[in-house]
Amino acid sequence: MGVNDSLLLPVADEDGAPFWEYAARGELRVQSCAAPACGELRFPPRPCCPHCGSFASEWREMSGRGRLWSYVIPHPPLLPAYAEQAPYNAVVVELVEAPHIRLAGNVVASADAPLNSVDPARLRIGAPVRAVFCPVGPDGFPLVRWLLER
Amino acid sequence: MATLKDATAIAGIGQTAFAKRLPESEKTLACRAILAALDDAGIAPSEVDGFASYTMEETDEVEVAKAIGAGDVTFFSKVGYGGGGSCATLGHLAAAVATGQASVGVAWRSRKRGSGPRPWKNTAVQLPTPAQWTRPYGLLRPADEIGMLARRYMHEYGATRDHLFNVALACRNRANQNPDAIMYERPLTREMYMTSRWISEPLCLFDNCLETDGALACVIVSAERARDCRQRPVYLHSVAQGLPAQHHGMVNYWNDDPLTGPAWTAARQLWKQADFGPDDVDVAQIYDAFTPLVPLSLEGYGFCGRGEGGAFTEGGALESGGRLPVNTGGGGLSEAYVHGFNLITEGVKQLRGTSTAQVPDAATCLVTAGEGVPTSAVLLRN
Ligand SMILES: [Zn+2]
Repeated sequence: MGVNDSLLLPVADEDGAPFWEYAARGELRVQSCAAPACGELRFPPRPCCPHCGSFASEWREMSGRGRLWSYVIPHPPLLPAYAEQAPYNAVVVELVEAPHIRLAGNVVASADAPLNSVDPARLRIGAPVRAVFCPVGPDGFPLVRWLLER
Repeated sequence: MATLKDATAIAGIGQTAFAKRLPESEKTLACRAILAALDDAGIAPSEVDGFASYTMEETDEVEVAKAIGAGDVTFFSKVGYGGGGSCATLGHLAAAVATGQASVGVAWRSRKRGSGPRPWKNTAVQLPTPAQWTRPYGLLRPADEIGMLARRYMHEYGATRDHLFNVALACRNRANQNPDAIMYERPLTREMYMTSRWISEPLCLFDNCLETDGALACVIVSAERARDCRQRPVYLHSVAQGLPAQHHGMVNYWNDDPLTGPAWTAARQLWKQADFGPDDVDVAQIYDAFTPLVPLSLEGYGFCGRGEGGAFTEGGALESGGRLPVNTGGGGLSEAYVHGFNLITEGVKQLRGTSTAQVPDAATCLVTAGEGVPTSAVLLRN
């Protein structure tokens, strides 16, 4: 069992499930309104479009490139699997092509590296990052994680 | 248009001791606080016909009504969530009393957070929407969630750890004057703050509220009736709730502007109904589960401009005698953390003239509920 295999896994709901299904294929997709005159992206996923009310949606592929919007370095007390790797980083990334879409995650040294594999001193708000996918847990749940671009 | 302005008043307040660990159950503590508040008002429990608390409150009105000997209850209500609900409980009762749905309303909060379980450890409840987007990444606790906003705030506006320290210090200094506070006679220094352990960088130990067991209650009646009660009435001048567009609760990272939180929404409604503005507030009780909530709230409620909340704390502005004395009982950071209800009772004490850190001639007080969550606020006046 790897160091990340006892992390909490997302419990996908009906609206969120496609995000994780695409992630399992290595695709970062964001829900978007499918009404022709609208097409607004939205996150987190939900049944209908807050801009136009349409229930038609599609999942648009993103480049996976983003910038750090903010980050924290949690220290114990934490749940055991996280305390083991603390202090680690937890980040919010804004996507380059849609800065109002922000995803939480971790900056790591490689897709399956520990949560604390990057020196916190290297983290800067605005730093460019790109998405990678790390299969976690017994069924290989595809967590989205982030690599520093430089 | 009908208005709630000054139509109702707080006639009684009550509380238990505050401690890291109290032996009695939440239900017993709730009953003690409620009976103390009724005694303070000089109203018999059998006259109580309205109740309000938070959905996170685990003692329910059926049990409480039975235990205290309430009469027939004709109004009961629970405000969604935890700390954001405190002031809204008063608003719900004010609306009920002003419209004749009840005549004596009781709002309460009882909590064993000091000796009880941490809500964030209950992952079974939290992992479905919306926490599927945050918890797996180790954003586990409120301190992590608010720390994320705090770092962005510091980055955007140049707020510093010294500004956060100013908040922690003002609360601690007031608690040092309040024998009921958990941090009574336990002074805080800048060195203690700067060298304390991290909880979630950029937040350290002293940026976090206290883990507390305790309960508090308020009695609300019509303004007319309040004038015949035992204590000087404290009027509910304006009450507001706030759930901003596209708000997500705690992890408010998906708004167009996550740093313009629920305080802004509640404030617009609060001031719209009021006869006075931020400059006329004598003393404020600002929800302080974490220090950065105070500068964010100072901006939201209009005491300073956008991005100026950190600088506002400089020069002793939040201390006794400062531009806006805050959290004069010690607040959640240093008196007790009971989901903000102690901020309400402290506001009442200020307007009665009985606070342990009394602001001379205080006539108006703002009390706010949790920031970063669907929130509420109240303006009190005497
Ligand atoms: Zn649309």
